[in-house]
Amino acid sequence: MAEQRRLTGYRRENGTVGVRNHVVVLPVDDLSNAAAESVANQVKGVLALPHAFGRLQFGADLDLTFRTLIGIGSNPNVASVIVIGIEPNWANRVASGIAETGKPVSSFSIEGNGDLRIVEQASRVAADYLQQASELQREEVSIAEVFVCTKDGESDTTTGLGSCRTTAYVSDHWVANAGTFMFGETSELTGGEHLIADRCADETVRKTFMGYYDDYIQMIEDTGANLLGSQPTQGNIAGGLSTIEEKALGNIVKTGTAPIVGACGPAEAPMNGAGLYFMDTSSAAAECVTLMAAGGAVVNIFPTGQGNVIGNPIIPVIKVSANPRTVDLMRDHIDSDCSGLLTDGQPLEEAGEELLEVLTRTINGRLTRAEVLGHREFTITKLYRSA
Amino acid sequence: MSDKPDFLAHDDGDHVAVAVHDVEPGRALIGYLDGTDAITLEVLEAVPLGHKVALADVAAGDAVIEYQLPIGRASKSIRTGDYVHTHNVRSIKWQNSVA
Repeated sequence: MAEQRRLTGYRRENGTVGVRNHVVVLPVDDLSNAAAESVANQVKGVLALPHAFGRLQFGADLDLTFRTLIGIGSNPNVASVIVIGIEPNWANRVASGIAETGKPVSSFSIEGNGDLRIVEQASRVAADYLQQASELQREEVSIAEVFVCTKDGESDTTTGLGSCRTTAYVSDHWVANAGTFMFGETSELTGGEHLIADRCADETVRKTFMGYYDDYIQMIEDTGANLLGSQPTQGNIAGGLSTIEEKALGNIVKTGTAPIVGACGPAEAPMNGAGLYFMDTSSAAAECVTLMAAGGAVVNIFPTGQGNVIGNPIIPVIKVSANPRTVDLMRDHIDSDCSGLLTDGQPLEEAGEELLEVLTRTINGRLTRAEVLGHREFTITKLYRSA
Repeated sequence: MSDKPDFLAHDDGDHVAVAVHDVEPGRALIGYLDGTDAITLEVLEAVPLGHKVALADVAAGDAVIEYQLPIGRASKSIRTGDYVHTHNVRSIKWQNSVA
């Protein structure tokens, strides 16, 4: 194993560690996007997170939207938050959920005020928050404090052969050093779900995992739809993947070999200490990474075959690819090239150490290609139609 | 044929291997990630980068094995050296999913 690499991050009020230092303007609903974006236009350097939902939702779907918004605001990569909603009740509910972390939060509501008055008030607070955040300093942190997640996208056969094995090397390294690592993509375990079930640390975790898996697959199969072209996607098929089972077995490779110590619902934080976690998520990249960020992950490792370009506004997404054509044609998007595993007999340890080095530099502040190119996909998972 | 594999297979006993470059019909070298000795094979059809060649005959209806596990069922009989994709293998788990 290589020498310990020095890691730095922002230690937040509640002790959690972030690798970015964002001041976020968080709309509770679609109606408040315009005001949130106006604040970000007034105060350069704060980050608005517009999204499509937040109205007339109910039950489990509403709970998930609240958990996602509160989780994103609570993420350790976020220094402070301005919450803006059309009406005060839900805005205050989101703000008080975030306030439990101890970080600065302010809540504004538009009804009875109008956009312009709220933009003025919120911009004053945003300006203060941004100055305060700019003085926060990085400190030395340990692997145990940096929560990493993984998701792959536009997979092809090269992900199972290359980039997912490289990611597995990092996953095993992280867990061996008392770190926390998370994977998801429930439907994309199909054909290998027993491999995940067998690795669950105890019967409770196994039952929870299988419950999430069975429910998700039931929902998909109940539609009776032909999924070829959707899951696997057209890009997966163009890349050589023939069935969901083949895609899943490659996808599962990236989880490494550690036992699975917990199965989280969507946007839920790990509950059983350090180790490897499953989260029940869609396999759509932006939905999945958004849910994991809401669960507290601060950086994502993203193996891709055909070249998925996804990013996230608050957590860096690191692209690793083993497809020799993709690392050539889409090099603008690729952070770590492990195509030598396929074409040059590169040892896995070498590719894994290279990815660990890129992860370390990213944690320490180096921007990913997705950050440089402005990829800020913030996508709330919707469970069913609004009322 | 160079000494570098044209295809990589995951495990000994797998029915398919993946092309690491665009491969034309003819003699090809198959490497194994699990350390199994490389083999040579007569490839019958062109196989693009990332796509699969059959390492064994698979009868119609039988499971196609990769990662030592079924990745689907042969929807028509497959000969050693054939190009393997959605035209001759389909999901077992998702019966509705067909090309």
